[in-house]
Amino acid sequence: MERTIYREIEATGRVWGLAVILVGFVLAALASFFYVEHYGHIVTGMTNRIVWGLPHVFAIFLIVAASGALNVASIASVFEQKAYRPKARLSALMAMSLLIGGLMILVLDLGRADRILIAATTYNFSSIFAWNLILYTGFLGIAGAYLFAQMSKSVPYAVTRKVGLLAFVWRLALTTGTGSIFGWLVARPGYDAAIMAPMFIAMSFAFGLAMFLLMTSTLCRLSDRPIGDQLMQRLGRLLAVFVAAVLYFTAARHLTNLYTMEHAGFERFTLVDGGIYTTLFWLGQILIGGLLPLAILLLPVFGKSPKAPLVASALVVIGGFAQIYVIVIGGQAYPMEVFPGYEVVTGSGMSGIAEYTPSLPELLLGLGGVAVTLLAVGVGTKTLRILPTNLSDANIG
Amino acid sequence: MKIPTLKGADISRRDFLRSGAAVATATLAPGVTLMAFGGSEAHAAADADKRWGLLIDANKCDADCDACVSACSKENGWAGEGNPETDPQWIRKITMQNTSTGREVTMPMMCQHCEEPPCVDVCPTGASFKRVDGIVLVDKHTCIGCRYCMMACPFDARSFVHEPVINQKSHAPRGQGTVESCTLCVHRIDKGGRPACVEACEATGHEAIIFGDLRDPESDISKRLAQYPSVALRPDLDLNPGVRYTNL
Amino acid sequence: MTLFIRLALLFAFSFGAGSLAAQERSSLLPDIPAASGEPHAEGNEYWRRNHMDLMKHDRDSTLRDGDREIAASLKGCFDCHAAKDDAGQVVTYESEQHFCRACHDYVAVKVDCFMCHRSTPDGVDEHALQAAILPKKPLDSTDVQGVIAYLNQTESKPTEAGE
Repeated sequence: MERTIYREIEATGRVWGLAVILVGFVLAALASFFYVEHYGHIVTGMTNRIVWGLPHVFAIFLIVAASGALNVASIASVFEQKAYRPKARLSALMAMSLLIGGLMILVLDLGRADRILIAATTYNFSSIFAWNLILYTGFLGIAGAYLFAQMSKSVPYAVTRKVGLLAFVWRLALTTGTGSIFGWLVARPGYDAAIMAPMFIAMSFAFGLAMFLLMTSTLCRLSDRPIGDQLMQRLGRLLAVFVAAVLYFTAARHLTNLYTMEHAGFERFTLVDGGIYTTLFWLGQILIGGLLPLAILLLPVFGKSPKAPLVASALVVIGGFAQIYVIVIGGQAYPMEVFPGYEVVTGSGMSGIAEYTPSLPELLLGLGGVAVTLLAVGVGTKTLRILPTNLSDANIG
Repeated sequence: MKIPTLKGADISRRDFLRSGAAVATATLAPGVTLMAFGGSEAHAAADADKRWGLLIDANKCDADCDACVSACSKENGWAGEGNPETDPQWIRKITMQNTSTGREVTMPMMCQHCEEPPCVDVCPTGASFKRVDGIVLVDKHTCIGCRYCMMACPFDARSFVHEPVINQKSHAPRGQGTVESCTLCVHRIDKGGRPACVEACEATGHEAIIFGDLRDPESDISKRLAQYPSVALRPDLDLNPGVRYTNL
Repeated sequence: MTLFIRLALLFAFSFGAGSLAAQERSSLLPDIPAASGEPHAEGNEYWRRNHMDLMKHDRDSTLRDGDREIAASLKGCFDCHAAKDDAGQVVTYESEQHFCRACHDYVAVKVDCFMCHRSTPDGVDEHALQAAILPKKPLDSTDVQGVIAYLNQTESKPTEAGE
């Protein structure tokens, strides 16, 4: 049995071609940023009622996926699964890259992005948002240290394990913080639920692993390195567990809401007559992001296909976007019950379901964040010894 | 309803100075401050022994009148461009109908100046803050425009400045990329005045908005609150807003 | 060398604002627009060096504590330092002749104040002033005619505003 050998990927024409395309997306995102910065958010689809729009959907997806992507490394060093160890470096790199991409979107969408230094130096510790800034930067540091510990020959394995444990605990805290951004918004019927935190953790497990599978197989294909079918299927079965967990938390959240009359209106909006949000919920999140991947991963008809885990991962990513869209935008679109028992007849910008049409600059900014993530993974694997030369089943057993 | 209690007999240095005589201060050199008694009037400043509030009588409010809104707009230099979803909305008129009885009610809505403001809790930089006299404001010097306060506000009371602004009033700075809301005309209050909406409503003869100190049991607003039924919006959240409504 | 520059600065500043006409400037130092009203008791040098600290201190006491009788406010600045263009019209921050820009452009320090604060005394209609010097912005990105007109205006308008 060959030892795991890590090597930089080679800069082939295909790699360069991909890099050029990604840089194009990053430039488009920067152009959108300056455009919005110049004219103000009036040129986006965001309003006083939908204050967080498409960029935030992208950002939250990437940030949630970031902590999930670290799980492969955690499984290797915290839960002592040797088969996962060759992918641990990649896992840490992807976690950092996803977080950087997500944070870039969040920062560039700020009304005053030029004041990022104020955000970094002036803290209000009763704000979960401020805590998240600490959790995010801490995560980057810890994941970086974890990567270093794995790659350095002088760091003993026991230390690497400890850093890995810290990273695992930290990532749980991070996703709890991200979920709590919504869970602690007491005034809005679409949020205000403690279950947001564990649900976001389940989402991070699923989205992170799906992104990991997609990116790893792409990297292996780009660098002509083998990746074992059994390995993919093993990760695929794990993905199935995570997808089931997301469905479970989703069911628990909505069933709880349905039981309280107070939330019946919001549930009706999400599940029955919310238009785009209802469609995205049932078709996007539940069918494409939940039931279909489960069927592909678990039913014996598809289970033997080597492509199955990849197809399922792609579906989980699409469903994940739909889920976050419904949570972020749908949760804002549904009006707050300021006057129980009354219906607002006229009230400038306070009545009915808020409308939102995403604009091109928002989409470009979001895609730019994804491009930054992929570029960072590419540059990382190009310059550092992160990707194993051989991930075939025979080699890693 | 929570009634704000009067604080104990702890007299701050500022009150002590104020009670004796008016104070004038002068900076002789950096670090050396001269304080003199007598002379000009004392600096009117935020006072922890006060809590400013409004009492809005929905019965006296006329559905066809928007004097309070236009007075606010004029006083603070904000104006809409015809799109209520992106326009600044420091104060707005709401007309609503009881879903079971059909009764129509009309009234102005603005920042409720909560005692426990969610916007202040969630603001990552501390730009959203509450003055000691209960007025909730945005410090636009530290606002980064993240809009989390708008997510947290139960009353949709805040707006985000979606476009570049010029020609602001010098007492009401506002700018692109930051969040803003009703200041309770803090610049007037600090000089002993009343909010523009209150004066405008009074001028129309409706007198639907009453302004005063909730901590002073002798103030008109406190007496009325003690005497007649009134409600806070979203009482379930227990935020103890400084703006109260009667005859809803 | 440093001492020389300092002396030169002091020399230039002590001549007072606006004593050197723009067309016959003898140095590369900024032309500081003339002010009205009483001179600063602490001296111009003190205010040049400390104005930001003073204003920052007073802005916080105004905003947070409600102290409205403060020494250093932008409103206070423009009581005396409302620079005018050659036509005698008060200029906004968009104009290079604005008081703040005289030095801030020179040292390449961006002033953030006028994103939110007005840059002229109360009562001046900044909209009218800006309309005269700024290209009209297009309604939105789909307004192709508007964008073309905007770009044409931007090209034809000189950057020296307020002339």
